[in-house]
Amino acid sequence: MPDPTAGVGIELSDVTKRYPGQEHGAVEDFSLRVEPGELLMFVGPSGCGKTTTMKMINRIIEPTSGSITIDGEDVLSLDPNELRRHIGYVIQQIGLFPHMTIAENIATVPKLLGWSKARVADRVDELLRTVALDPGVFAHRYPKQLSGGQQQRVGVARALAADPPVMLMDEPFGATDPITRLRLQEEFRRLQADIGKTIIFVTHDFDEAVRLGDRIAVLSERSRIEQCDTPANILADPANEYVAGFIGRGAGLMRLALIPIGEVPLEAPDDSSAALGVQDSLRDALDLLVLTGGQRVNVTDESGSVAGSLTHAGISAALGAPRLPTGTAP
Amino acid sequence: MTGLQLANLDDFLARRWEDVVELALQHLAAVAISLALATAIGVLIGLLVWDRPVPRSVSLTAAGIAITIPSLALLALLSPVLGLGWAPTIVSLVFYSLLPIVRNTVVGLREVPGHLVESARGMGMTPAAVLLRIQLPLAWPVIVTGIRVAAQLTVGIAAIAAYVAGPGLGVYIFRGLSSLGSVNALNFALTGTLCVVLLALLIDGAFVLITRYSTPRGLRA
Ligand SMILES: Nc1ncnc2c1ncn2[C@@H]1O[C@H](COP(=O)(O)OP(=O)(O)OP(=O)(O)O)[C@@H](O)[C@H]1O
Ligand SMILES: [Mg+2]
Repeated sequence: MPDPTAGVGIELSDVTKRYPGQEHGAVEDFSLRVEPGELLMFVGPSGCGKTTTMKMINRIIEPTSGSITIDGEDVLSLDPNELRRHIGYVIQQIGLFPHMTIAENIATVPKLLGWSKARVADRVDELLRTVALDPGVFAHRYPKQLSGGQQQRVGVARALAADPPVMLMDEPFGATDPITRLRLQEEFRRLQADIGKTIIFVTHDFDEAVRLGDRIAVLSERSRIEQCDTPANILADPANEYVAGFIGRGAGLMRLALIPIGEVPLEAPDDSSAALGVQDSLRDALDLLVLTGGQRVNVTDESGSVAGSLTHAGISAALGAPRLPTGTAP
Repeated sequence: MTGLQLANLDDFLARRWEDVVELALQHLAAVAISLALATAIGVLIGLLVWDRPVPRSVSLTAAGIAITIPSLALLALLSPVLGLGWAPTIVSLVFYSLLPIVRNTVVGLREVPGHLVESARGMGMTPAAVLLRIQLPLAWPVIVTGIRVAAQLTVGIAAIAAYVAGPGLGVYIFRGLSSLGSVNALNFALTGTLCVVLLALLIDGAFVLITRYSTPRGLRA
């Protein structure tokens, strides 16, 4: 029997949403399968239909036509309240209830599911620790007594509370400064590696999509899927002008950030160079080369002994770029 | 002349303070009962109409017109149906309390941010639970302000109810007015009026406390 709290598959088939009085649908014929345990990112410009597409999965918005299944079950055949208790939901505006303490906010769904008091209390404690907030300090505070970043962590904890197999997250880290955002993303990535939920994550920010997603669906007007693939594949081979435009500049650097040094062939080390570990990324290696002005950077393996070295040419080769044919024109 | 009568006021109060306290308590009871009824009815009306544009403007307009009917006229209209005493008093006080309570319930509920309601629904709360656990608590500070306004309104209007032999301090005011020229006429009117003012201040003070302690802690300033 599959673990009920690990991810389950979601399938959308020909889903359309037409708001009354509008000529075109906000979402038209949207079809996509999300694999169990996958973190799928929706990216696209404002108004392209990301939120609308996502909200049809937990029936906050009812589709005009098409079908949506979770773990093979048609969501339209389920009681919407029962359905929603098993889908973690983080809205764009966080939406903590200001009249309830942090603990009460997190306990919302477990209480709806009729958990015992003791079980709820244990779970609240555990979740606050998971999102790096000290329960002793924060459990009995009110939302307004928290910073924006802390509120966003609580929003994530609240969505995770009843250990739902599916999570819908609409720009969960939207309202934070770049540094906090980066930290929240890093924490979230580690968390997802542990819990393996099926997650649909909406963002404006292509960098965020690359950093977090197993796959990215690049959307245009009316929620049209321009490309849906792994970050590395999209960066290496954008399907069309639209996707290329959306990636913008810096695709090379973004790709380097996705590749651990351990995955590329190394050259012989020399004695003088600064060193990085095999788990660091090629982007870290390039960064170090630029900073030191050196020709190569040494690489150490897990045990700390030097395993080899990398040069500019080695880094470029990892992106599939031809080694510069010194002196000869192509 | 005035000096003479103020000196008499001491004497007057000393002889009738039990009577005065009795009337003040009646006055307070009439206000409290009416507010309780008006809160139940007004919040219910507010809940039914706040999200429906047509019923909402119909009920707010109706309540707005109702409040312009002079209280003496309303009492004169009610008394043939309801007789004299408590019944027409309570009915008229409830009548005047409805406008501020309905209006503030509507405003309070409309001010609850839509994304909080969506967040609650998205977690699988039933519509009734969303109303009771999210919308009403968040709207409560505004609703309680409406009840407070209604309280101020009814303390004054309750004094007029003596016209239909209603309870409360109006009895003294009317006795004074109807016996103008007699020795205690001014004492009766003055005592009645001052006590009404005093009662209004006390009730308002009570509402400061009620507002504070009934507002969820996370919402207090
Ligand atoms: N309740 C509604 N009624 C009518 N039109 C709507 C409604 N909600 C959204 N729309 C329209 O549907 C389209 C898609 O909106 P949606 O909120 O899904 O966009 P989004 O991609 O999430 O944008 P953003 O990145 O700004 O959040 C927009 O053109 C919007 O104007
Ligand atoms: Mg959106």
